[in-house]
Amino acid sequence: FRIMAGKVKWVTDIEKSVLINNFEKRGWIQVTENEDWNFYWMSVQTIRNVFSVETGYRLSDDQIVNHFPNHYELTRKDLMVKNIKRYRKELEKEGSPLAEKDENGKYIYLDFVPVTFMLPADYNLFVEEFRKNPSSTWIMKPCGKAQGKGIFLINKLSQIKKWSRDSKTSSFVSQSSKEAYVISLYISNPLLIGGKKFDLRLYVLVSTYRPLRCYMYKLGFCRFCTVKYTPSTSELDNMFVHLTNVAIQKHGDDYNHIHGGKWAVSNLRLYLESTRGKEVTNKLFDEIHWIIVQSLKAVAPVMNNDKHCFECYGYDIIIDDKLKPWLIEVNASPSLTSSTANDRILKYNLINDTLNIAVPNGEIPDCKCNKSPPKEVLGNYEVLYDEEMAQSDGPDRDLRSRPGQSTGVKGNRARDSGKPVLTTWK
Amino acid sequence: VSLRKPEIKLESLKEDIKDFLKTSGWEKKLQNAVYSELNVFPSPCHPAAPPEHMKEPLAYMRKAQGSWEKRILKSLNSMCTELSIPLAQKRPVSEQKELLNKWNEMGTDEPDLSLFRPVYAPKDFLEVLMNLRNPNYENGEQPSFRSHLGLIQVPLKVKDIPELKEDFSELSLNTGQLGIDDSAQVPPEFFENEHVRVGQKVLAEQDSAAAQQYVRQGCPTALRADLWALILNISNQPEDILYYEQLKSNVIQHDLLVDSLIYKDVKLTASNDDYYFVFEDYLYQVLLCFSRDTSVLEHFTYSSATPPKSYIRGKLGMEEYAVFYPPNVNYNSFILSVAPLCFLYHEPPKLYQIFREMYVRFFFRLHSISSHPSGIVSLCLLFETLLQTHLPQLFYHLREIGAQPLRISFKWMVRAFSGYLATDQLLLLWDRILGYNSLEILAVLAAAVFAFRAVNLMEVTSLAAAEAVLADLSTLKVMPLLQIFLFATVT
Repeated sequence: FRIMAGKVKWVTDIEKSVLINNFEKRGWIQVTENEDWNFYWMSVQTIRNVFSVETGYRLSDDQIVNHFPNHYELTRKDLMVKNIKRYRKELEKEGSPLAEKDENGKYIYLDFVPVTFMLPADYNLFVEEFRKNPSSTWIMKPCGKAQGKGIFLINKLSQIKKWSRDSKTSSFVSQSSKEAYVISLYISNPLLIGGKKFDLRLYVLVSTYRPLRCYMYKLGFCRFCTVKYTPSTSELDNMFVHLTNVAIQKHGDDYNHIHGGKWAVSNLRLYLESTRGKEVTNKLFDEIHWIIVQSLKAVAPVMNNDKHCFECYGYDIIIDDKLKPWLIEVNASPSLTSSTANDRILKYNLINDTLNIAVPNGEIPDCKCNKSPPKEVLGNYEVLYDEEMAQSDGPDRDLRSRPGQSTGVKGNRARDSGKPVLTTWK
Repeated sequence: VSLRKPEIKLESLKEDIKDFLKTSGWEKKLQNAVYSELNVFPSPCHPAAPPEHMKEPLAYMRKAQGSWEKRILKSLNSMCTELSIPLAQKRPVSEQKELLNKWNEMGTDEPDLSLFRPVYAPKDFLEVLMNLRNPNYENGEQPSFRSHLGLIQVPLKVKDIPELKEDFSELSLNTGQLGIDDSAQVPPEFFENEHVRVGQKVLAEQDSAAAQQYVRQGCPTALRADLWALILNISNQPEDILYYEQLKSNVIQHDLLVDSLIYKDVKLTASNDDYYFVFEDYLYQVLLCFSRDTSVLEHFTYSSATPPKSYIRGKLGMEEYAVFYPPNVNYNSFILSVAPLCFLYHEPPKLYQIFREMYVRFFFRLHSISSHPSGIVSLCLLFETLLQTHLPQLFYHLREIGAQPLRISFKWMVRAFSGYLATDQLLLLWDRILGYNSLEILAVLAAAVFAFRAVNLMEVTSLAAAEAVLADLSTLKVMPLLQIFLFATVT
C-alpha cells in the first residue's frame, strides 16, 4: 500500500507515444485530470485554463506541470520582442556594459533579434524603417500561430496595405490576438550549407526563472529546406525555399523520410570547424548560448515563477552568412511528433532526460524543495546557466577552459557580474 | 627579373639561384612535388620489365582483373542495348542550357532511373576475389590448424601484429593521439594544445613530408583541410580551377550512360544518409566531372586496371572525343569516398581536386584486383589473418555458423568505412591513411571492431544475427579500438 501510494500519478492531454512510453517505463500511474494527479503534461490551451483567473486553480506541493502560466511572454512573437526591447532599455538605463552600443546605435551584445514591429500598432514606425531600405525583404508572421502557418514574405509596402488601413481605423481598439502580426526584417543572407538554407532547433529546459536555472539539450539539429536557397524575388512565394518548418517541408517533392532534412548540430560544428576554423565556430556557439540566456533573463522579471512549473522550449535560431546567430522565436510546445525513426529516438530521450530533471528520482515531487539535480541525471542536457551558482562565485571545479566544451557558464558568469570580460568572443 | 641585378655574378650564380629558390618558397614546393611523386608512383623496377609488370607483377592477378573488367563492360554494353541508350552522346543544345542552369541543384532532378541497375554489388566483387587462385602454388597439405580458414585463398604476404606495431608506432599507448587524448576528460595542456601548435607550424612551413608525419597523430579539425591539401600537394592554382571548369563544360556538352548510374547511386546512398544528404548536389558535380577526367588515366600505369574506353557517338576513333570508364562503375564506393570530403572543402573545384588525388593514391586500390599491400585482396587477407591468429575461437565459431567474417567486413573496407562510422571518426581514420600512405589500417580496424564485439558475436548462431551485432558502427571510437587491438591485446 505504501509503495503504491508512492507512485507518481500522471495526466496528459497530448497523445504522443514519446510521452506515454516515458511515463509508463517509470511505472507511473495514469489518472484523469479530475482525480488527484502529481504530473500533468499539458497542451498550451490547457495551461491557459488551469491558471486562468476564473478557475483559480491552486496547485499543491506534490503537483508539477510542464508550462509556466504566462509562458507567452517568451513564446508569443510580439511579446518576446517587447520583453527583449524592454530589457535592453533597462540595462541601458542602469548603465550596464551589456547594453553598450556601437557607432551606428546598434547594441553590441544584445542585437540578436531581427528588427521587428507589431502590426497594425506600429505600422507607421515600420514604414519609416522600410523606407530606409526599400530593397529589403520582410517576413510577416501571425502572432498566435505555429508551424509556419500564415507566414509570407513581402518586399513592397503595397503587399501589406491591409494593415495600414487597420492601423488608421483601430488605434484604440486592441486587436484580437488572432489578427495581430509581427513583421521582421528577413534574414536574406542566411548561412548556406550545400547551397541550402537551414535553421537550428535547440531544446532548452527551464526549472526556475528566479533564480534562473536552465539547461540546454546537446542534441539539437538543423532543419534544411529541400530546395536550393535563392534570394531572388521571383521565389519569394516559394515557401519551400524560405521556411524551414518541417510541417511545410514535408510536403515538398524532395522531402526525405529517412533523415527528414534534419542534421545533427554536431555535424554543423564539425563542418564549421573544418571549413571556418575553431575560433569562429566557438564564438558562434558561445553567442548562441548567450542569446538564449539573455532571452530568458529578459522575461524572467515578468514570468510567474510558479514553483510547480518547468518548461521545455524549442528555440529557433538562424545563422547568417557572417556567422551571426539570430533568435527567430521560442516555442512553448515543441513538436513531439516524430518525422523519422531517428527523430523518434531523439524525442523519446529528450522527454526522458527532461523528466529526470523535472521529477527528481521519478518520485512524487515536493515543490518546496528546489535543489539542483546532480550531474549524473542530466543525460543529454548540460547546464546552460545557473544563476545561484554564478552568484556564489564558487571555484571552477571541474570546468575546463575549453571554449568549445564549456556550456558558456563560465563566460556568462563573467558577464553577469557586470565585468565586460567577454573573453570568449571579444 | 632579379637576374638583371648588378650584384649577380657569374661565379656565384649557382649559389644565388639556390638561395633564391629557398627564399621564394620554390625549394619547398619542389620538395613537396617530389615527395608527392614518391608517394604515388611505385619504385622503379627492372629496366627489362614490361609495362604490365609495373601495373601488376603477378600474371594471374592481371588475368583476373582483365576478366573482371570484361564482365563489367559486357554488363554496361548490354544495359545500353536493352535501354537503347548509347554509352556516350552529345547533348542537344536545349538540354545543355537546362543542365547549366541546374548545375548547382541536380539533386532536384527526377529522371526515371528505374531501369538502371547497379552494374555489380560489393558481394559480386567479393565472389571474384574468393575465387582467385595462384596457379603456381601447390597446397598439397592436409588442412590443419595452420590452414587459412578464410575466404581469400591466395598466398600474398601480409603483416602480422609485431610488424604492424612497428609500422604504426605512432599509434602506441605512449604517444598522444587525437581521437583519444583530446577527449573532454583530458586537460588540453597534456597534448592537444601542443599538437595544434605543431600543426600550425607545419602549415606555415608548407612541408608535405612533415605534414604526412604529423597527421599520424590525427589532425585538429580546424587544420585538417589544409593539412590534407598539403600532403596531397594541392594548392589553389588558377589552372586547376580552369581545368575543373573545362570538365564541367564537358559534362554539359556530353551525356554519358554512366551519368545515370551515378545519379541513381547518389540517390540511393548519400541522399538517404544522415550525415551526407546535405551535400548531395556537390556529389553530382564532382562525380560527373570525374568520369570525364582523362588525367586520371595517368594512374593506370601503376594500377592493375585498364579502363574501358569509349567514344562519343559518331566520333569513333577520334581521341578528343574519347571518354573512359573508371573500373569501378558501381559508384557506390565513389560516392561514399567523396561525401566525407564535403565536410572539409566547400568549393567544388578544390573538393574535386582533393577527391581525385585521394582516388589516384588510395581508393582505386579498393576496386581493382592486384597484389599491392594496400589492394583490396591484401586487405581482405590481412583482416582474415589477424582475426584467425588473434581471435581464433571467434573466427572458428563464426565460420561454423556460416558467417565468414569477411562477408561482413568486406563492405566496410571497400568503402573505407564511409557510411558506417560517424563522420568525425571517419576523418580521424583517414588522417592515418594519409599519414601512413597505406590502406592497411582499414583491415586492422575491421579486425578491431570484431574484437570489440567478440562477446556478443560468440553468442550468435546465424549470419543474420552476426550482421545485426555489427550493423551499427556509428557509436564507435576508432582510435581507442585501434590502439587496444594493436598495443594492448595479449597475443
